[in-house]
Amino acid sequence: MRKKQKAEAAVKTPLLDRLIPPREITLPNGHTVKKPVSRAPFIAVLTIAAIWISAVVTGFDFRIIIERGHQLGYILGRIFHPNWSYFGGDAAGTKKLMDALFDTIKMSIMGSVIGATMALPISVMASNNINRSTGVVWFLRILLMVIRTLPTLIIAKFAALIFGLGTFAGTVAIVVFTFGIVAKMMYESIETIDMGAFEATESFGANKFQSFWSACMPQILPTYLSYCLYSLEMNIRAAAILGYVGAGGLGILINEFIGWRDYESLGAVLLALFVVVLIIENTSQYLRKKLS
Amino acid sequence: MAKTKSLLNADHPLTIEEAYESRPRLWWLYTLILLIVAALLGWSGTSIEYKGLATKGMTIAQGIGYGLVHPDTNLLFNLTNEGVPYQLLQTVAIAVLGTLIGGVLAIPFSFLACDRIVPKPVALIFRTVILGIRTIPSLVWALVWIRVTGPNAFCGVVTESVCSIGMICKMYITAIEDIDTKILESLDAAGCNGFQKVRYGILPQIIPNFISTVIYRFDINVKDATTLGIVGAGGIGAALIQCMNSSRWSMVGAYLTGMIVLMILIELFSTKVRAKLARG
Repeated sequence: MRKKQKAEAAVKTPLLDRLIPPREITLPNGHTVKKPVSRAPFIAVLTIAAIWISAVVTGFDFRIIIERGHQLGYILGRIFHPNWSYFGGDAAGTKKLMDALFDTIKMSIMGSVIGATMALPISVMASNNINRSTGVVWFLRILLMVIRTLPTLIIAKFAALIFGLGTFAGTVAIVVFTFGIVAKMMYESIETIDMGAFEATESFGANKFQSFWSACMPQILPTYLSYCLYSLEMNIRAAAILGYVGAGGLGILINEFIGWRDYESLGAVLLALFVVVLIIENTSQYLRKKLS
Repeated sequence: MAKTKSLLNADHPLTIEEAYESRPRLWWLYTLILLIVAALLGWSGTSIEYKGLATKGMTIAQGIGYGLVHPDTNLLFNLTNEGVPYQLLQTVAIAVLGTLIGGVLAIPFSFLACDRIVPKPVALIFRTVILGIRTIPSLVWALVWIRVTGPNAFCGVVTESVCSIGMICKMYITAIEDIDTKILESLDAAGCNGFQKVRYGILPQIIPNFISTVIYRFDINVKDATTLGIVGAGGIGAALIQCMNSSRWSMVGAYLTGMIVLMILIELFSTKVRAKLARG
């Protein structure tokens, strides 16, 4: 028995404390305390090694920025003098910009709603306090993890190859992205809810769905709505670049203007995006504050 | 109000029916939310239409499925510059340097944007600048920086550093605003000087938060760095997109497998370290 305890203690002491034994200090009242070796030097060495390797691999060279930094100033200067004719001055240009902008907004709203709706049942099935079959829970969690590792642009590229260029491909990419992230956040918060009411309704003879609906739904609904709004905020930003791989929206214009080095028009696109992001973020943050 | 009173009244406890009748009724709120969502969906549906699969859609979908199941093992374990391990190393290297530089650059920005420290107008200006940095998508930053650094991994590093500032600042500011200043008074009473007050009163409150933020952002930056390659800013994205365009699905499978494994490892690492930092 004692041997087993000793073995357990040995496993629990960190490796470092076993290699370099902690310093023992005897206090004035006769007790001894152990002061473990500081971790800071080891973490510092590891960090410096990581920085050094990264600098070599990426060819980090600060001189390039000093020598050619004025280029950035030049481009940013032109971006900050947006081409105002896209906001009403030139009818065709305005229509082009506004169409792309509304496509982006529509893609993200549609994608967020569909993705978040799909995420709700899956997240219930992936939370281990409601679903008792461990196999299904872990299968769903690993699936969600894999989905979340795929960058939105890569999904959009796949979707554009399969469904053809256009807004539909972008919507598919946003659905997949929203689904992964909302489902994960939801199962994490479903696991923290109070299960007392669920058990009580079940003991009255309600089936699993009924008791979930009346006992758990009121608890998770505000969180769920707030996650939906949060994902909408992220999706507007994500949707803006999907056009780069042919999935519709502002990205097409961004790609076009950078290709032509027409940075004033790029500035107009970014300004429009900035205003939309500002409006949607503030509305959504106001609503989320109300929900909590 | 009368209902709540009777709920609390011990002499006349409510019967089950009465309690059920007095349950909160929010149906009008739910109807409103549903109506708004339905209206938004109807409006969004106007320009998103399903035009069927692309001419080669089915073949491509099959190819992707095949590639994911049969990744090109030669490429997956190839240790030269074209191999998956080196490409992943480069991606992580971009994220490491980008996150660290961004994390350091964000410190002055977040102190200047915190209205507990600087006057309100100054804070507002810096907040707008930070929001502006955050709004420009990372892909656009990369395309702008490419004109400065040329298409290489260094461009990825600079892009990630600038992009990280936005989000890191936002979280730094919250950490700075949550500092408990009462501790400074007690340190004053104990006879500490200015340096000691900062070292033992302020830093222990913000450092764990800052490190946790940086590690969280590292997680995001690795994911971001995989896509920067699409515009030529280094990392695994360039090779992946080339293979996708030329329909070499088993190579696509190899790159994707490497990416998924790397990202899962990094997420596990970051969650573990952040949990440890939060517990202290």
